[in-house]
Amino acid sequence: MSEDLGAILEGLLFAAEGPLNLGTLAEVIGTGDQEGLRRALESLAEEYENRGGGFYLQQVAGGYQLRSRPRFHPWIRRLRGIGAPRLSRAALETLAIVAYRQPVVRAEIEAVRGVDCGGVLRMLLERRLIRVMGRREIPGRPLLYGTTRIFLEVFELRDLKDLPTLKEIKELSSDPGQPVATGSAADCQESVPLQESGKKP
Amino acid sequence: MDPQTYAVRVENVFEGPMDLLVHLIRKHELDIYDIPIGLITEQYLQYLDWMKALNIDLAGDFLVMAATLAQIKSRMLLPAHGEGDPEAEDPRLAIVRPLAEYMQMKAAAEALARRSILGEQTFTHPTARDEHEWDPDPSMIRVGLFELIEAFQQVIERIGPAHQVDLQADTISIKERIGQIVDLLEDAGSLAFDELFQATAHRVEVIVTFLAVLEMARLELIEIVQSSQTGIIRIFYR
Repeated sequence: MSEDLGAILEGLLFAAEGPLNLGTLAEVIGTGDQEGLRRALESLAEEYENRGGGFYLQQVAGGYQLRSRPRFHPWIRRLRGIGAPRLSRAALETLAIVAYRQPVVRAEIEAVRGVDCGGVLRMLLERRLIRVMGRREIPGRPLLYGTTRIFLEVFELRDLKDLPTLKEIKELSSDPGQPVATGSAADCQESVPLQESGKKP
Repeated sequence: MDPQTYAVRVENVFEGPMDLLVHLIRKHELDIYDIPIGLITEQYLQYLDWMKALNIDLAGDFLVMAATLAQIKSRMLLPAHGEGDPEAEDPRLAIVRPLAEYMQMKAAAEALARRSILGEQTFTHPTARDEHEWDPDPSMIRVGLFELIEAFQQVIERIGPAHQVDLQADTISIKERIGQIVDLLEDAGSLAFDELFQATAHRVEVIVTFLAVLEMARLELIEIVQSSQTGIIRIFYR
């Protein structure tokens, strides 16, 4: 049965359109034993790790999802016709401020970055990485921004608590001999190019 | 001939004045809590000159920062007022605090960039996400405010007089309710108007929910449509 369960879960994960949470899986399979499901998912994840194939099982946004291994991204990008990465440094900075300071208004984001963020915010809203959470009850009633579930999915986060704390980031980046500007892996610099020219008239 | 035919378009330059400062601080390996303001100001102005020479469009923000630096520099030259005043603030703090915060957020952004980003480093099935973006169905019409109020009256009638307005603590705010509705819509994509109102709800809650829906429509977070056949009003997440 447990072998079957693994295969059923694998099939469901393969066919799913988004991350599957334990509740949905339990309902679909018709079991009340979520702990058993969790264990089966863990052993599936382990199986994929041992196999070292083209995909892995990731816990993300409260669910589980099959994803292709990062090292194969050049081929998959070619397959999908995806050019340069689409998140610019400006976008990532704005997103980081929203993620760590939410709910936050545009003026606060601009105070930190020191530049106009209207265009970047609009792009992040369109890509649904952030959302409007309401308005702050101060003069002008500015919009409050926060991150979305899609943000969690895109950045492989289980939930917002999964974000490294600012203290952890500081410790990481103040490693002696490691300049703050560069990432630890060589390929991550590729992933943060600057597409947008600094300013448009 | 157009004299402007050859214009350099420089990418990867500084996003804004803060980036330029961070660049200078890293380049000279400075301690941001003890910035040699003279050196930084001089270098900063030099970069501005180069940028002008390169025909890079300088935003006003850069000039504001230049003025701030110059002001701090001049204040540093003045003897401190009220000798021995421990409250006298280092004028550099005006720039250190925002810089420290910006560098922290920059580090956070770099940490985000190091993750396996979906759609960049890692991929999943092409999702059907786009499909449940609202597809205009000819049998659906956008709902007007009056239809919405009518639907609301029906909800109120259904609740009946048994639930009197009963102002207790712990009533939910419109903002909180918007958050809840967004969560529901993120899961489902769309909701029937009636689904938002539980039969057991207090009148206050019902009113808050209704106001939340109106506010969301105004913020263009949702699209409210009514089926011309069934009359059911649905709310779509945009």
